[in-house]
Amino acid sequence: MCQEAPLAEGKALAITAELIPVYIMGKKYMVPESLTIMKAMEYAGYQFVRGAGCRGGVCGACGTVYRLPGDYHIRVGLACQTVVQPEMYLTQIPFYPANRTSFVWDEIKGEAEEVYKAYPELFRCLACNACSKVCPMDIPVMDYIAAIKRGDLEKAAEISFDCIQCGLCATRCMGEMAQYHIAQMVRRMHGKFIDVPSEHCAKQVEAIKSGYYDDFMKEIMALGTLDPFKQDNVNDDVKKLKELYKARQGEPSTSENEWTPDSDYAILK
Amino acid sequence: MTLGYYPGCTLKSHARNLEDSAIEALKVLGVETVELERWNCCGAVYSLADDDLIHQLAPVRDLIRAKDMGLDKVMTLCSMCYNTLARANLLMRNDEAKRKTLNDFMEEESDYAGEVEVIHLLQFLKNDIGWDKLKAAVKVPLKDLNLSPYYGCTLTRPLEVSIDEAVSPTIFKEFIEALGGTYIHSDHSAECCSSYQMISNPEAAIEAASKVVRSAEDQGADALALSCPLCEYNLGKRQVDILKKHDDLKPLPTFYFSQLLAVALGVDPLICRFELNPTASLELLEEKGVVEKVSA
Ligand code: SF4
Ligand code: SF4
Ligand code: FES
Repeated sequence: MCQEAPLAEGKALAITAELIPVYIMGKKYMVPESLTIMKAMEYAGYQFVRGAGCRGGVCGACGTVYRLPGDYHIRVGLACQTVVQPEMYLTQIPFYPANRTSFVWDEIKGEAEEVYKAYPELFRCLACNACSKVCPMDIPVMDYIAAIKRGDLEKAAEISFDCIQCGLCATRCMGEMAQYHIAQMVRRMHGKFIDVPSEHCAKQVEAIKSGYYDDFMKEIMALGTLDPFKQDNVNDDVKKLKELYKARQGEPSTSENEWTPDSDYAILK
Repeated sequence: MTLGYYPGCTLKSHARNLEDSAIEALKVLGVETVELERWNCCGAVYSLADDDLIHQLAPVRDLIRAKDMGLDKVMTLCSMCYNTLARANLLMRNDEAKRKTLNDFMEEESDYAGEVEVIHLLQFLKNDIGWDKLKAAVKVPLKDLNLSPYYGCTLTRPLEVSIDEAVSPTIFKEFIEALGGTYIHSDHSAECCSSYQMISNPEAAIEAASKVVRSAEDQGADALALSCPLCEYNLGKRQVDILKKHDDLKPLPTFYFSQLLAVALGVDPLICRFELNPTASLELLEEKGVVEKVSA
């Protein structure tokens, strides 16, 4: 089967894939088998205002739960990363109400007791492990909660490092906590009080404050406003933006504080 | 020799004195403790409700972690962790229906049927090291120290998990004597310290705890030796409140049994973290000449 399908970026593309049935919030749609859940939903006519962000598996906006026929397990995936499967029943859970305690950051000293005070519900964990089972990033959520409970903030920061704040763990918690908000507080404390300070990061912040990047920023901002729903966005501005985006540099996760970028955008020495 | 070890949450925070001293003391005896790679809170209190299986998940999961590491034994220091883990272990061994329900629920884990043995450090010292060998390893005998052991509820009850003969246990006495200390019998060594009542009903709790202190003092104890952070809280940290209500009582230092073990084996008192003992414990050891006076 071959047919035309509108895709997210507004381009029309010849789809040569088989169509398969999927159930989006209980309603059946025939969608090309090669699409991700997100693209399949768009194919079926949904338009994302919320529940989509990076489309690259890092922002956590598109958490989705699904089930497959004949299998009682709850399955999860990021809609932008997970390819559809025949007969899957799915719904996105882009947001789940979850309390985040506010506290005065400058008064925080980096002690476990402060986390306990901010999130006493932490101690309602019964080790059911439902959270770990739904984490689309395969984080052992229960283990970071266990580490926080015993005051091991370093371990908790390490285990929860890949969390993208999708919130799916909180949907399943029998202790009704929002694990990821607790872990975020812990990682912030870890960054400020436990981890070795990163010198080049401090330099970079200085560079930003000094106005070194203001002109670069202005240049980018002048590239015009894009309307994602217009077809004619493929202009020079977009090309330039794409080039800049591709040329951007990030510190590799394995670097031990000695990394420096090598383009024009280098850190001020 | 290596020994699988489950610490428990409190030992990583308020009761570092219990953990650090035990680990160092075991090193002197040639034993390396191997902490479970993954573990969660044991649940602290064993659930007695017959149909309440959800509270068994936490301790059973810890036992599964021990099994997954290939351990046949897991040692605990805290009396409450010991009790909770040992009882959950028996449940998994003896109750086929509940074992199945729990294993089915935790299908992401290996099946468990109580293969690992849960022991308390006192049992390990008695059965695996032996009192004679321990006695021979003592460098600083605890002489002139009158020590009253406090078993509390959870080391000897219920019968099926008692670390010793349940009605009149002697394991703590043997331990104290192996270290060269003088054992002081107390009628209240296995009476409840008031447990969590200290939070919900402090008046009654202080009464209960005061009886434990009084009984030991009446028999001439210089200090209590115990193995549980909750008992330590009630009898040690809250002793100020006990003394306020009972002004005929004298302050009674409390030690974790592992601290006594460590100083007797010649471990640096700094490692034993006496600063975390709420009572004047180090001062008593200095006074008795067990440790050298560091404070001028
Ligand atoms: S820990 Fe929770 S919020 Fe973070 S990625 Fe996993 S499920 Fe999402
Ligand atoms: S879902 Fe909640 S109760 Fe269950 S293990 Fe995770 S944090 Fe604990
Ligand atoms: S849209 Fe960002 S993770 Fe899917």
